[in-house]
Amino acid sequence: MSLKLKALLKSPWVFHLSTGSCNNCDIEVLDCLTPRFDIERFGMILAGSIKHADVLLITGSCNRKSAERLKRLYEQAPKPCLVVAIGECSLSRGMFIHSYNCPVPLDKIIPVDVYIPGCPPKPEAIIAGAVKLIEKVKAGSK
Amino acid sequence: MMYLVYLLVYGFLLTAAIGLLASWIDRKVTARVQYRVGPPLLQPLIDIVKLLGKETLIPEGASKIVFLTAPLIGLGSVIAVSTLLWLNNLDRTGGFIGDLIVAIYFLAIPSISIIMGGFASGNPLASLGASREMKLILSYELPFLLAVFIPVIKSGFSVRLGEILFFQAHNGIIVGTWSGVLGFTVAVLCTQAKLALVPFDIPEAETEITSGPLIEYSGSGLALYRLMKNMLLFVLPFFLMILFLGGFSFRGVHFLYGILKYIGLVALITVIRNTNPRVRIDQAVRFFWGPVTAVAILAVILALKGL
Repeated sequence: MSLKLKALLKSPWVFHLSTGSCNNCDIEVLDCLTPRFDIERFGMILAGSIKHADVLLITGSCNRKSAERLKRLYEQAPKPCLVVAIGECSLSRGMFIHSYNCPVPLDKIIPVDVYIPGCPPKPEAIIAGAVKLIEKVKAGSK
Repeated sequence: MMYLVYLLVYGFLLTAAIGLLASWIDRKVTARVQYRVGPPLLQPLIDIVKLLGKETLIPEGASKIVFLTAPLIGLGSVIAVSTLLWLNNLDRTGGFIGDLIVAIYFLAIPSISIIMGGFASGNPLASLGASREMKLILSYELPFLLAVFIPVIKSGFSVRLGEILFFQAHNGIIVGTWSGVLGFTVAVLCTQAKLALVPFDIPEAETEITSGPLIEYSGSGLALYRLMKNMLLFVLPFFLMILFLGGFSFRGVHFLYGILKYIGLVALITVIRNTNPRVRIDQAVRFFWGPVTAVAILAVILALKGL
């Protein structure tokens, strides 16, 4: 594995984006930063600007308005950039699947690396998802 | 040739290594204060290696040359000032007349490079952060210069760092006198603002204008800025140590004493950072121009009286 990728996996800075979620998943994401779970021990920091981010955490069901912004934000992120979909809504649109306002699921708009199901997923599930992401990148680069 | 060794080994490599270590101490202490575990030892280095490997994006409408050279100017000035400080610390006759003034000028350039980068990026939040940084410089430079004036008065109006160190080696450290205590307090507060740490992190308020002037930086530009900030976390306390605490000695038990002085200063800065909320820019300017300047003037008067 290249040094570039190795360093990326040791310090993935996350950017958190809500595309119209009910805020439950967002609270669970922020829970991971609290003393009980403390993801900074794996080098993860919540980045304020998309230009600093390595991992996009996306929650919510991607409605017509936010899909454009999501696409623009993904294009602005410096590559290599990984995408994690968190919660039922961003996986399959959840209860909004028949809504006029949610035409396509998230992974039809941008490529998604890891899916974390749950409504909302527990912080443990989010950390397990991050571990799976790291293992996937490691296996992909061999 | 000798100066090149100083520049590369002491000015860059040693300063960067200690600066990264200090930044780890800062993050670890912060984590422990908040009952967390904190990042592993090599985390600051890994962050910089990672950022160097990332894509560098230049925003549309940015002034490209200034945007890309601003981090280099900041890093270069930090390397220059740390070389000057090490040179004086290792060999007291190695400096030149007026090197204290040069060091003060070089210490202002990192902030100016952040302002340049912020304005060049063309982002509204970055311009806001850069203008706040400008106001912050205007507020803290006056008390900082007054505080730096105290060792100059004490050592018989000498503007050579070597002579200030020589004076302290023979007459005891400057922080042991009344004017020294006041001047040192003022200088620590100004250091906090120079490093842009809480309570004076107004230019890059993370929760408000999302890292301010650095918002558009990615990849190697951001890596250089982070390295610059980590090195400043060593250079500024080192500057205070030379002026007020008698510098850093390599002989015998004095070596341990020097390390304790440095770690004590970094821990003090970290504790101030962790126990205070962020102030507004008008509050910061009022604070520095009001009470802090008054204390600094009092200290200068005491120093002139010989106390």
